Amino acid sequence: MSNLVAQNIRTFETHPGVEISAESPLVFFHQRSGAPAPCTESRVALRERALLGHLILRGGAIVLDEAVHSVLGFGLPAYPNALSRDEGGERSIQWLSPDEWLLIVPGGEEFGLEGKLREALGDAHYAIVNVSGGQTLLELEGEAARELLMKSTPYDVHPDNFPVGKGVTTVFAKANLILRRPTETRWELVLRRSFADYLYRWILDAGEAYAIGVEV
Amino acid sequence: MFHIYCPYCEEHREEEEFHPKGQAHIARPEEPEACSDEEWGDYLFFRDNPRGIHHELWVHAVGCRKFFNITRHTVSYAILETYKMGELPRFTAEFPEGSLSEKVTTEAEAMSRQEGVKA
Repeated sequence: MSNLVAQNIRTFETHPGVEISAESPLVFFHQRSGAPAPCTESRVALRERALLGHLILRGGAIVLDEAVHSVLGFGLPAYPNALSRDEGGERSIQWLSPDEWLLIVPGGEEFGLEGKLREALGDAHYAIVNVSGGQTLLELEGEAARELLMKSTPYDVHPDNFPVGKGVTTVFAKANLILRRPTETRWELVLRRSFADYLYRWILDAGEAYAIGVEV
Repeated sequence: MFHIYCPYCEEHREEEEFHPKGQAHIARPEEPEACSDEEWGDYLFFRDNPRGIHHELWVHAVGCRKFFNITRHTVSYAILETYKMGELPRFTAEFPEGSLSEKVTTEAEAMSRQEGVKA
């Protein structure tokens, strides 16, 4: 890390060490009530991708794009409500607002990445916030996934309006979340920690008709 | 279903995602210390209540969380346009049918040059 960063900004590793095990926002509900297992009738599957690294990037698009390109090898999405991903699909950047992007990477990478980005950005005007502990990511997959979403959000999830590579922040049930579609069959939902329990139960309830199965 | 166009997200979104924030284009006095009580009171508390075209400040609360302006007709409730902060409305009480877009661009440019980005 450069001297400038070390002098002006205090960063810290939010991942607990081995002595404290990290827990997803959904751990309580998972443990307490159990979840329906996938079966042959299941038309939609739900799985949690817990403890990923979530970083919020704020600043000018051009400066951030250069830094992200040099560190990760792919750039910011070029349009509003768009998603860009690396080749393996493990790392993604989503447009949230004209000066704000959500970067999601495999868990444990975020602290090192933050340092590298800060170094690449130098003294540009920007902000990086590690929000990994504040949200979690759910994946919905299956033929009935879109029907489940249609019951839950007023946003139009028809493929004409919601092509692959799009992502929006919108109303979902009585809360809100980030809804994104990285591939043809898979939808991702980024939930706030405080809404996670409610939304998880809502999704299970809405998915009951499609024999929703939770893959662990 | 009632949709509002967000000029930042560049698409129509459900009305649930938005919040109204009152009258738009209220400029804070340059020198509050030099204001009379009446001027300061006007700035702080008094708002227009026109019959016809009204400019309002809205926020895309669930979404990009940016503030923007809406020109609305208070009789028909029709939303005539939405525009970003710092831009000038095309529909005004003076030009209820909409002014020429060329003129607006030049005015908006002049305004942003002089005052920076401001409601």
